Formats: sequence, structure tokens, C-alpha cells
Amino acid sequence: MIAKEQQRPLASRETARGKVFDFRRQKLRTARVFLAPMILVLLCVAAWPLARTIYFSFTNTSLNDLYGGQWVGFDNYLNWRTLSSGRVIYRGTLVDPDWWNAVWNTFRFAIISVGFETVLGLMIALVLNAEFRGRGLVRAAILVPWAIPTIVSARLWGWMLHDQFGIINDMLLKLGLISEKIAWTASPDTAMIAVLIVDIWKTTPFMALLCLAGLQMIPRDIYEAARVDGVHPIKVFFYITLPLIRPALMVAVIFRLLDAMRIFDLIYVLTPNSTQTKTMSVIARENLIDFDKFAYGSAQSTLLFVIISLSVLLYIWLGRVDLTGERDR
Amino acid sequence: MMQPHTARKVLKTTLFYALVAVIVVVAIFPFYYAIITSFKTGTDLFRISYWPEQLDLSNYRNVLESSTFPRNLLNSVYVSSLTVLLSLVLAVTAAYALSRIRFRGRGLLLLTILGVSMFPQIAILAGLFELVRATGLYNTPYALVLSYLIFTLPFTVWVLTAFMRDLPVEIEEAAIMDGLKPWQTVVYVFLPLMWPATVTTGLLAFIGAWNEFLFALTFTSSASSRTVPVAIALFSGSTEFETPWGLIMAASVLVTVPLVALVLIFQRKIVAGLTAGGVKG
Repeated sequence: MIAKEQQRPLASRETARGKVFDFRRQKLRTARVFLAPMILVLLCVAAWPLARTIYFSFTNTSLNDLYGGQWVGFDNYLNWRTLSSGRVIYRGTLVDPDWWNAVWNTFRFAIISVGFETVLGLMIALVLNAEFRGRGLVRAAILVPWAIPTIVSARLWGWMLHDQFGIINDMLLKLGLISEKIAWTASPDTAMIAVLIVDIWKTTPFMALLCLAGLQMIPRDIYEAARVDGVHPIKVFFYITLPLIRPALMVAVIFRLLDAMRIFDLIYVLTPNSTQTKTMSVIARENLIDFDKFAYGSAQSTLLFVIISLSVLLYIWLGRVDLTGERDR
Repeated sequence: MMQPHTARKVLKTTLFYALVAVIVVVAIFPFYYAIITSFKTGTDLFRISYWPEQLDLSNYRNVLESSTFPRNLLNSVYVSSLTVLLSLVLAVTAAYALSRIRFRGRGLLLLTILGVSMFPQIAILAGLFELVRATGLYNTPYALVLSYLIFTLPFTVWVLTAFMRDLPVEIEEAAIMDGLKPWQTVVYVFLPLMWPATVTTGLLAFIGAWNEFLFALTFTSSASSRTVPVAIALFSGSTEFETPWGLIMAASVLVTVPLVALVLIFQRKIVAGLTAGGVKG
């Protein structure tokens, strides 16, 4: 190695440049070889199935005969027929009240759950950022809901929210907050609340940890300076803490929103068959697999994809979120 | 003058610890209650109790002796392990290229990978269903491994890229000086430095695969090929109206205890991994 170092100044400028160029080419070739397998796999499991789903949405394919479908254009989205009486009948997902109900449920669920999770997560993060005895234990405890599989937490809460034998009704009755037992998951008024409770319980820890990581990046001397100047703690929070963790928070919120908008498992298990909680993913799968309306379900899946993509672009554009983390480098 | 000040301080501390207590109780009570329930049988199940009263292991015995649940556990272990292994092998090399080599379109590629990880899984369900049917993988573990790559692979690539980017350039320069080939650099220089990151990322991907429900529900048809989440979701009693809560809780505790243990052991690493990835595992 030492010998190499010494030789270097002796080499002429031309060959040195040639070497750098060679080296650069070799690196690019390495990049291609190293990236190819991953890109190939992603093309197979993501791009191709997505393209096929979109294609199916323009056909009348059925579940039992995947290759027997014919091109029907936009019929699954919207089509109309004029009766002899002159009345026009519209059909398709875009005039399907069940679909719009699912869209409404999805947005309602996503915005409320992520809103609560952000506020509660921030609160817990502030608590965990203070120094107190047993902090490690508390941090371990809040990781428990996050570690529990979604299906298991749906079952757990389904049992706790049971109308007859559930412990939640028992607690609320004993505290005198309700006068009679509530059928949390079955009643149309409370089904969405039940789903929200479980989701907020399960995902707030994730938010709290991301917020905590943001909080710990803030240099302590800023707080020191604020304390010396006698700034009120609430003012400190809104004028120092919040602006400083805003970038981290924006990224956390977008990931959570995306995750909330595709929710399927919790609702499928906790409140099956409730029109109050059916989201876009639930209704699309129902059509795809259970109701044998494969092409119709594909159209709904495609719409969900479009809606989510547009929401993300809008959010990134509005919030100027730096997703790749490369900008500050 | 001193008195009210200390009183206020005591009050503040009390309130703070009360808040901490509430957080802890809300976080762990449901799991605690599942454990209590799993030890109850018969009519005791329907008597609400806040403290453990009996320790009847028959629910656990029934679950483990049932015809399919042990098989479901094995399926979950097999599918999740294979998925993680495949993703890590593909991701380590990809992450090296994405973090250490400058090339045109790198930012776009990173964004695309991130986009794929945020994909609504239902959007590819129809296409994947066709793929799984056409390749004859339907109702086999490999259908699940294939479909799980869609969320584990982008996640592992993303997190490992973030980790690798933070390693100093000098390491690589030394490797190049020593005349190492790129794959040797990855295997002998980066892997030893990255193993903590790799273990964490693998663990998070494992949890993601272990918990997956939509694909597992759609791409399996027989009870013996199901994974644990599907088995727990579809647990039913002898009649339609009789849900075997004791069994469900025992099964739930069985599949959750290892996860909780792993998460608590790797606590600090997991937090670092989550922050680097910003993705829910």
C-alpha cells in the first residue's frame, strides 16, 4: 500500500485522469449490477401486479375465469343506459353509494386517528423527554401495544369491548359514566369509535417514539437560554420545540396517514359487516374475492391507488416535506 | 414564603407521576387482561375480574394440541424468516449502490422505492392473485413470501441505505486502496460494520411479515396453510354464535409473547431503526 502511494505522483496526468474515469465507470457498473436484482423483484411484485389490476378494471374478468374477460372500457367506473321511457340509468363505482360511503369512512378514520395519535404521541414524547426515575421502564411499556400484531389487538379489544361480558362496559358502569351496556362493535353509532380507540391505542407509541427522536435532536442549551430569559414553558413549546421538530413530525404524519388510508385488517376483524366502518380496502376486497365482482373490485382498487397517490403528492407539495433525507447533505 | 413553593412542586411531581402511571396502565392493560382471560375456562370466562384468580392451562393445551394451530405457527415462522432472508440479501447490495455511488436518477429511484413501500396493498391484490394462480403458488407459503417482498424489500433497502450513508467515506477509500472488489467491500467491510443495523432491520421486517393479514387471508384456502394472524381471525367455536374467547386469548398470548420479548430486548436498536426508516414495521 505504501509503495502504491509513493508511485502516484510519478504517473503522468493523462493516465491519472484516465484512471479516475475508469474508476468512475467501474463504480457505475457496480451500481447497475447491485441494483438489478432488487429492481427486478420490485417490478415483478409491484409494478406488474399494479398494471394488471388497472387492466382488469377495464374488463369484465371474473374470479373463476381470469383470462376470459373482455375489454369494456370505463364501464366498471361509470356507464349509463337510456331506457325506452327516456330515463337514464347510471351504473358503476362512481355512482355507487357504497363506494362513496367507504371513501368517507376512510378519510374520516384516517384524519381522526392520525390527529389523535399525533397529539397524544407528542404528549407522551414530552413526558419521556423529561428526566425521571423509571423512564426506561415507561418507554418499554409503551412499546407493548406496538409489538402486538394488529389481528391480536383487534381480538383483544373485541373481547374487552364485548357488549355482555366486556370489561370496558363494566368499568364505565362502575364509574357511573354509562347507564346501560353498549354494544361497541355492533351498534352503528359506536362501531367507528371502537375502531378508532383500538387504532389510536396501537399506533400512538409509534408516533411517540418518532416525536421523541425529534425532541432529542434539539440542543439542550436552547432550553437553557429560554429558561434564563424567563420564557413561559407553554411559549417555549410553541415557539421553540414545535418549529424545531416540525420536519420530523411532518414525515411521521405522512407515513401514518398513508398507513391509515389503506387500513384493512383491524376493521375486517373488529367490526365485520358494519357499513359505518367499511373502508375502501375492505369494500374493494369484498368485491374482488367474496362477491365475485373481480373487475369491479379492480376498478375500486385502482381508484384507491389514484386517491392515495394524489393525497401524497398534495401533502408533499403543501408541506414541502423532504422525504429522502438527502437535501440537508 | 418557602412553603407554598414546595407544595406546588410536590403537586407538580405527583401530577407528573400520575400521568406516567396512566400512560403505562393504558399501554399494558389490554395485554394483561388477555393473559388473565387465557387462564380462565367455562363460565369463569364470563365473570369479569380485574385480578388473576385461577391458573388453568387447559386453553393453552387445547390450542397446542389442536390439529392446525401448531402448523399455523410453523407456517408463520417459515414464511417470515424466508421473506426477511431474501429481502436482506437483495437489500444490502442495493443499499450499497444507493448510498455510496453517485449516479443519475438516484434520487428518483429512492423516491420510487419509498413510494412502493407506501403502496396500498389492495391496489396490487388483483394482479398478484393472477400471478399467484398462474405460477401455481396459490395456497403455498411461497405465495406469501413473494407478496410480502413488496413491503419488506423497500423497507429494508430504505433503512439500510440510511444507515450506510452515515458511515464515513474513509472506510471505503481504504478498501479501494487495498484493491478490494465492490462485492468484497460489501461483504468484508460493510457487513461487519452494519450487522447491528441489519439485525434491527431484519427484526422489523420479520414483525411486518409475521403480522401481515390481507395477503395471507387471500392467498391461502386451507386451514393447514394459514398463517397465525389468519388462524386467530378465523377461530370459531362449535356454533356460529359461540366464540371460543379462552382459546383465542391463549393463541394470542402465544404469538405475542415472543414478539414483545424481542421488541423489549432490542428496544434501543428498534427505536433507531424506526427513526431511520420512518416506516411502520
